Amino acid sequence: MINVTVNGREHAFDGPPEMPLLWFLRDVLGMTGTKFGCGMALCGACTIHLDGTAVRGCVTPVAAAAGKKVTTIEGLSPDVSHPLQKAWQEFNVAQCGYCQPGQIMQAASLLKTTPKPNDAEIDAAMGGNLCRCGTYTRIRAAIKRAAEGGAA
Amino acid sequence: MNAHDIANESRRGFLLGVGAAALVLAVPLPVFAQDAAQPKYGGEGMPHGLRDDPRLFVAIGADGVVTVICHRSEMGQGVRTSVALVVADELEADWNKVKVQQAPGDEARYGNQNTDGSRSLRHHFMPLRRAGAAARAMLEAAAAATWSVPASECKAQNHVVTHARSGRTLGYGDLATKAAALPVPAADAIALKKSADFRYIGKGKVGLIDGADIVSGRATFGIDAKADGMVYAVVARPPVYGGKVKSFDGAEAQKVPGVLKVVPLDSPAMPSKFRPLGGIAVVATTTWAAIKGREKLKIEWEAGPNGGYDSVAYRASLEAAARKPGKAVRSAGDVDAALAKAAKKVEAEYYLPHIAHATMEPPAALARVADGRCDAWACVQSPQDARDLLAELLGLDASKVAVNVTLLGGGFGRKSKADFVAEAALLSRAMDGKPVKVTWTRDDDLMHDYFHTVSVERLEAGFDADGKVTAWLHRSVAPTITSIFVPDPKHEAPFELGLGMTDTPFAIPNLRLENPEAAAHTRIGWFRSVSNVPHAFAIQSFVAELAAAAGRDPKDFLLELIGPARLIDAESIGTWNYGEDPKRYPIDTGRWRRVVETVAKEAGWGRKLAAGRGLGIAAHRSFVTYVAAVVEVEVSKDGTLTIPRVDIAVDCGPQVNPERVRSQMEGSVVQGVALATLGEITFKDGRAQQTNFHQYQLTRLPQAPREIRVHLIGSDDYAQPLGGVGEPGVPPVAPALVNAVFAATGKRIRALPIAGQLRA
Repeated sequence: MINVTVNGREHAFDGPPEMPLLWFLRDVLGMTGTKFGCGMALCGACTIHLDGTAVRGCVTPVAAAAGKKVTTIEGLSPDVSHPLQKAWQEFNVAQCGYCQPGQIMQAASLLKTTPKPNDAEIDAAMGGNLCRCGTYTRIRAAIKRAAEGGAA
Repeated sequence: MNAHDIANESRRGFLLGVGAAALVLAVPLPVFAQDAAQPKYGGEGMPHGLRDDPRLFVAIGADGVVTVICHRSEMGQGVRTSVALVVADELEADWNKVKVQQAPGDEARYGNQNTDGSRSLRHHFMPLRRAGAAARAMLEAAAAATWSVPASECKAQNHVVTHARSGRTLGYGDLATKAAALPVPAADAIALKKSADFRYIGKGKVGLIDGADIVSGRATFGIDAKADGMVYAVVARPPVYGGKVKSFDGAEAQKVPGVLKVVPLDSPAMPSKFRPLGGIAVVATTTWAAIKGREKLKIEWEAGPNGGYDSVAYRASLEAAARKPGKAVRSAGDVDAALAKAAKKVEAEYYLPHIAHATMEPPAALARVADGRCDAWACVQSPQDARDLLAELLGLDASKVAVNVTLLGGGFGRKSKADFVAEAALLSRAMDGKPVKVTWTRDDDLMHDYFHTVSVERLEAGFDADGKVTAWLHRSVAPTITSIFVPDPKHEAPFELGLGMTDTPFAIPNLRLENPEAAAHTRIGWFRSVSNVPHAFAIQSFVAELAAAAGRDPKDFLLELIGPARLIDAESIGTWNYGEDPKRYPIDTGRWRRVVETVAKEAGWGRKLAAGRGLGIAAHRSFVTYVAAVVEVEVSKDGTLTIPRVDIAVDCGPQVNPERVRSQMEGSVVQGVALATLGEITFKDGRAQQTNFHQYQLTRLPQAPREIRVHLIGSDDYAQPLGGVGEPGVPPVAPALVNAVFAATGKRIRALPIAGQLRA
């Protein structure tokens, strides 16, 4: 039995400990905000926070989250008020929107450690998150806007 | 929300017209008086045509909330927002009280729903305006009846109907029930708003209708659909197109915890159309268990007729075909004679590989086949095609099949083909009616795509002694999309050649366009902008090569080839015109010129650049829209390519949602950069060799253009025809990029992707 806290709620899981958090979240808990994109940590669609740091849910086993705090896009803010969520809407960043939860979770992790990132820091942090629609210029702009607003 | 909830929700909303949605009635199917001899263009020429009945598209609750029914699929182009804002504007609705509900696949009811070909607003803008305006008139009539005054004295404005003389007002919610009982005004009695009175159309001021859902993780894509008792499946498909299972052993797979069943699926006859590829499915309690189970399958495959498909050999065969005469598809003057006496000749051959759509959401669908019917929830671009496919494969009447359309996590043409939805339905049937969600893993997606075609484009031109181009010979060789529908076609279809080749506008007296033979060995499908990609790449690269050979400025030379402003009737030169009336949508070289001149001016064409930098230009008409791009590149000494800036000018006629036009151009630039620099699927022994994003690379944020400037050239006259938006931004990007590389380095790239070609 593995105890995992997701967005503040504790869950006991008696399935295979090697199951990636991605599928635990999506198929066991029914929390589908975290997306499947590649299964090999190549695209960032499944980005979540483990004790506040961005990880790829598709390659992080449930066992690695035992006793730790998992935060997903659904738990980033209680009322969609995180500065990144607001900036994303202000700039109409999304096209199809599928990669955006992962992008936002990655950017939120960046802003925690680097509240005012420059272009090089944004490149380094966001290079692992693919967007096939090509929203990158707006992602960059929205991260900077959120940073100006003092994102936490 | 489980499956029943979703079904009930859609019924509450608009199928039965109960509850919140008062202005909704059963709508009789329209009867078309068609003249078979009369060619039909545009939306009327599409299967099931167009609808403008307000009862199909508008529901107003007693609380005043307006629900707009969107019958087009949302895949990032913003259509749910744009459809809603068109209806809301004509309806004089307050945007804050507007919601959108997605229509299921039902073309007999909604008209054409195939969200493809950059057609949504191009075809549906006017019908949706009429629907909104008719609903507004019905609200005004309801208010007039309530007050016993003439309807002409009642005016709907921003969610309130006012009787000017008495100052009385009624909200839309108060009027909904009464309005719903009124007849729909006749088409010729509907007064559309003047464009000067538009609130939302053309303004670009409203945010995305799904914006909050997307950033909070609430947005539901096909892969996110849920139903009570749902189980999960992945499928091992024949790795070679046309192959099938020779033998298999599922015993070890069956032992994986969570695996419920191993299910063989028949492989289809070829050509397979949209039918699933067959193979061995593993159904389990989670997607993870299904994936682990699939890893334990022991399958021996029979490769079939395409087991020898090899990209290296195939490229050589295309090149050989391009070096010999082929079927002439357009001809003027005498090219051979003109080339024979040319003062200077230039020839070049271009290669573009297969590429994969690689939507970030891989194909995924949920289906339940039980109680004599099928209900599916899926990310499909053409829900009626999905419905027809399910009906055919399940042996059900289409009336017993419902295809509910989720958001699409990218489409780009891949999700027009509902093979993945059919897999879910066949597996649900095999699981005795349990709802089954099929998820394609990324290797499934990249190895079993409907691939963008592979092509060789060969061009030859002759100059006379004055430096004028007098001869132009273009051979395009590529396996055709029609190969998924008909057996062994050898030539591209007229519509494919009309995507940027046979519609060439250049004013060259001797011109011959040819299409030598090519056979398909994998599933060929349409990828965003389709054959415009190879055609524009070759033609716009070649124009720059000719300019260089003539010692001319590439932009000036391009304008000279386009020639003076004139209107070309597409039918007069025997080319396809995107299904549009050639009179209403002529090939307008004045608009070509304007996008070129605009982008050159805005990009500072001719400006001084640092060493290692260069500007390239290209222009293209596709989907009856005109786009030109200037790309600025920097190539470092070690051959690293960066793109500081791209300017892109678009003339798509009047713009409904300029903000989304901009975003589509931005996205097109990035997708154009991806296919120019990185994207390639290769085959060996019939199998696609790229299995995930480490091998099939896409442009990432650090390599994307640092700045993209979109220049909208629009018309404020909304009676003018609309052009497409979703696709036309893509074609000019790659040639502008390689032309910039040439300007920066003197190196001419003739084969995509650029990949390592610039490395020292």
